[in-house]
Amino acid sequence: MIYDIEYETMPREALEAIQLRRLQTTLERAYATVPFYRKKFTEAGVMPGDIKSLKDLRHLPFTTKQDLRDNYPFGMFAVPMDTVVRIHASSGTTGQPTVVGYTARDVNTWATLMARSLAAGGATRGDIIHNAFGYGLFTGGLGVHYGAEKLGASVIPVSGGNTKRQITIMKDFGPTIITATPSYVLHLAEIASELGVDFKDLSFKFGIFGAEPWSENMREEIERKLHLKAVDIYGLSEVIGPGVSVECHEAQQGMHIAEDHFIAEIIDPESGEPLPYGETGELIFTSITKEAFPVLRYRTRDITAINPEPCICGRTLVRMNKVSGRTDDMLIIRGVNVFPSQIESVLMETEDVEPHYQLQVDRVDNLDKLTVMVEVGEHLFSDTVRPLQEIEKKITKNIKETIGVSAQVKLVEPKTIQRSEGKAVRVIDNRKL
Amino acid sequence: MRAEQISIFLENKSGRLAEVTRILSENKINIRALSVADTSDFGVLRLIVDDNERASRALKESGFTVGKTNVVAVEVPDQPGGLYNILTILQNGNVNVEYMYAFVQQSGSNAVMIFRFDHTDDALKLLQDNGVTVIEGRRLYTL
Repeated sequence: MIYDIEYETMPREALEAIQLRRLQTTLERAYATVPFYRKKFTEAGVMPGDIKSLKDLRHLPFTTKQDLRDNYPFGMFAVPMDTVVRIHASSGTTGQPTVVGYTARDVNTWATLMARSLAAGGATRGDIIHNAFGYGLFTGGLGVHYGAEKLGASVIPVSGGNTKRQITIMKDFGPTIITATPSYVLHLAEIASELGVDFKDLSFKFGIFGAEPWSENMREEIERKLHLKAVDIYGLSEVIGPGVSVECHEAQQGMHIAEDHFIAEIIDPESGEPLPYGETGELIFTSITKEAFPVLRYRTRDITAINPEPCICGRTLVRMNKVSGRTDDMLIIRGVNVFPSQIESVLMETEDVEPHYQLQVDRVDNLDKLTVMVEVGEHLFSDTVRPLQEIEKKITKNIKETIGVSAQVKLVEPKTIQRSEGKAVRVIDNRKL
Repeated sequence: MRAEQISIFLENKSGRLAEVTRILSENKINIRALSVADTSDFGVLRLIVDDNERASRALKESGFTVGKTNVVAVEVPDQPGGLYNILTILQNGNVNVEYMYAFVQQSGSNAVMIFRFDHTDDALKLLQDNGVTVIEGRRLYTL
């Protein structure tokens, strides 16, 4: 079902006219209300009035995650706080998250985009949605929640964790749609099978999964184990949260971008030059309707390509491929963004520990497992075992507290960590995605 | 009256202990006593050797993390109750034993135990006050 026929199937020409008008309004507002953007525009020698066509967008400077951090917490907000009704945050390096705000209209826009996304994934009014995305500062849980209510479906705000209870709810409440991270849903399937619960006997029809990269192989596995049709959903809190783009269950081939709210570009991450449709590069978003937190040419660091071909579902919105990588070293561990530099600073803050480390990521029983290998130098070493075990525990605890991710810390002999061309290899990602 | 022990950090994987003994062998260093404490992912090897300096230099050059610790070598009468008497003295004097292990050679008719105490000085004084024989490091390495 298409939730928003007018916008989702709009002819390109009409859509682009709307995009330009909304872009120009956004630029005027951002320039007038956010000192950061005013400064950036001035430095680049552009004025909002110079943007006369969508093609002119390339003259605007980029916005990076570092810019958002530099303006922590509310420096990028374009409205007074008394009109901000919601705040979310994503994890960031050295414990400093990226903070985003929403006006009432923004929350409504986001709910509409999520209603569209759930509908694209197969949900309708009468469905019961089992929402296993985490509720909290993370945008996943509340994003789906508001979208489900807007669509008129019944939402079960089960959030993440407590897997056995989730399975009881699935059996008793008979949800027809499930939303979660793909790795969690596979974990759920595993536990269900241990408990003798067969998804064949449950009522699921569709699943909408995202917040971490996943492969076509995982899709097949999920569809086979859960007896449902699975689609991919994409989003990031800096742009709005989940619902920036979503696959339709008809094609299951690329995520339709909500172009009436966000202009997507693909650039060469090295030169910053825009690339034509079909070419692979870094994905850039400019929000054109957001009030509280407009982002202009935001560098997502996600690598993908855009496909403008018409889709069998009838939507005219372009599609982005599954994200194939990152232009930085960010890892996504069970939906949590982790930068190696964050682990490094935790190690540096732990007494006697030198920052000689390596991160190993595996997928064990369908869940991401992060192992932090730390070399034992002379300061750390002890002839008794207990102090060494205590260090392991302390690092584990500090990582959990500052980054919010569970890691297994393993002490290793010096120089066991592979070094290539003199530079340490910091991350070994064994996940087959 | 202390003796010196070297300790080596080992990952719990095959061949690591063999590698240490290979390095010592190539450097003509004799192992006099050893013990290993281990967990599921790592172990700590403790050694009394005939040349601490040379042993730790060779091991460090091969990339091992090496530590030095003061331990106490104690003569223990080789008869029932020999060790019990010594542990009772230590317990009464409130000195804790972190770990201990046996030396291969005897000293005369006595067995030799290597002790690692939480407070080495207190332990030494306590043992000497109670007439227990402590073997000096220099003599220990060549027993």
